[in-house]
Amino acid sequence: MASVPPIIVEDLQGGYNGIPVIHGCNMEIAQGEIVVIMGGSGSGKSTFLKHLIGLKEPMQGDVKLFGQSLYQASVYQRMDLLKGIGVAFQSGALMSSMTIAENVALPLREHTDLDEELIQVITRMKLDFVNLLGKDHLLPSELSGGMLKRAAVARAIALDPKLTFMDEPSAGLDPVIAAALDDLIIQLKESLGMSVVVVTHELESAFKIADRIVVLDRGYIIFSGTPDEIKKSDNTRIQNLINRVPEEEDFDAELYAQQLMGQ
Amino acid sequence: MTDRITQTGQATINIVTAVGYASILIWDSILLLFMGKRVNQPVRFHLIVDEIINAGVKAMPVVALMSATIGVMLSIQGIHTLSIFGAETQVTFGLAISIPREFAPLITGILVAGRSGSQLTSRVGSMQLNGEIDALTVMGIAPARYVVAPSLIGLLVSLPVLVVIGNLAAFSAAGLYIHATLGIGPDAYWADILDVVTIDDFLHGIVKSFIFAILLAMIAISLGMRVYGGAEVLGKSTTQSVVTCIAAIIGADTVFALLL
Repeated sequence: MASVPPIIVEDLQGGYNGIPVIHGCNMEIAQGEIVVIMGGSGSGKSTFLKHLIGLKEPMQGDVKLFGQSLYQASVYQRMDLLKGIGVAFQSGALMSSMTIAENVALPLREHTDLDEELIQVITRMKLDFVNLLGKDHLLPSELSGGMLKRAAVARAIALDPKLTFMDEPSAGLDPVIAAALDDLIIQLKESLGMSVVVVTHELESAFKIADRIVVLDRGYIIFSGTPDEIKKSDNTRIQNLINRVPEEEDFDAELYAQQLMGQ
Repeated sequence: MTDRITQTGQATINIVTAVGYASILIWDSILLLFMGKRVNQPVRFHLIVDEIINAGVKAMPVVALMSATIGVMLSIQGIHTLSIFGAETQVTFGLAISIPREFAPLITGILVAGRSGSQLTSRVGSMQLNGEIDALTVMGIAPARYVVAPSLIGLLVSLPVLVVIGNLAAFSAAGLYIHATLGIGPDAYWADILDVVTIDDFLHGIVKSFIFAILLAMIAISLGMRVYGGAEVLGKSTTQSVVTCIAAIIGADTVFALLL
């Protein structure tokens, strides 16, 4: 029997205040696959991610985690489903009143019956995995940007999820630390067999880590394929994105004048 | 005219939405208190203890001090007023009725609103701004059980205890003042007080404190949860929280006074 994909996105439409930002997106990720979701600013990446991790009800369609619907489930069933995934937010979103070790231990303390000694051992293992062993007593406010992101990854993988989401893991980091984070993501897949969904617009990072790249443009998935396939794509918008060519916009003098007049 | 109707309508919708949101939060946290284990969302005892220490134990000195001050003030005013009729020795009767029914719960409620209400709104609001509430949700930890329920229980346990402390402090300070000014000894003073205060008067204040605790939790946490934007919004919400909590407490107190 084929294993159930960790995530299936079916005809997903979502947005804000009734205005769709994501249009009819379909996506499926295999176990142990690293999928990078790319797109320019305003392409709907963040909104798409919010739908995938249960933070935003879609207007239409569904997201299935390990074969179970995320949005047709009751609130507490959804909470149970979410225990099976890990999420590393762009800002880290670590509990500011807790040390790094307490942050990593939080899901273990809340969702397992492990004794405290074992929780501390697992916490140190996770911190070691992201090269933060020895920094466990620090508060999030005492960490650098790169350390914050690594700590967020450590918390995300605390329960050994089969699926982990990462929002802009290398954004704003220097190239050396960004490369280290890329290696860490690959290690998650290779050592732990995790599926990883990475939302980024860092091209170098995307090409290095991705098994598959999904391109979002104005809320539509316009491409899904391997890094080699995307390079060969003849879609102008995709080529502009990967070659960093600014979009040419039609200049509407009348509209521009109206905008200047605040109309 | 149309603008005014629209504004009134919008304001009404906002109030109904806010009350609805706060009620759902409190209802969810009460449900999780009793059914948390069944839905794998148990409310942790250590978080409740933290909240009791925060809202209750740490507020004891200020509640005792302010209640003592109110006790002395009531004595001064009572003696002054009653001296017009030459009945200043009857001041204990006024104190015995007004402190447990009105002043102890009201002063405690207002102090806790200023202290814990603002603290709760700013804490929850900061968590919202930092994405910590979202992080809890995606970790499968319901914010209602991790943030709301412990705070609600913390206030429900702390406020009645603080009211008892407020009663003791106000009566004790008033007794000392009355002893100093009228020469009524502690034995006679406490005998007078215990003669007049009924268990109903005492329970009246305690029941009020439960209502105040629920109002405080509802307002302070829901305002924190609804913080979006930035630091300025957080500041405004914190101020709004204190003002709304105090207004709600005084309003509820008035309703109590009218009905009971």
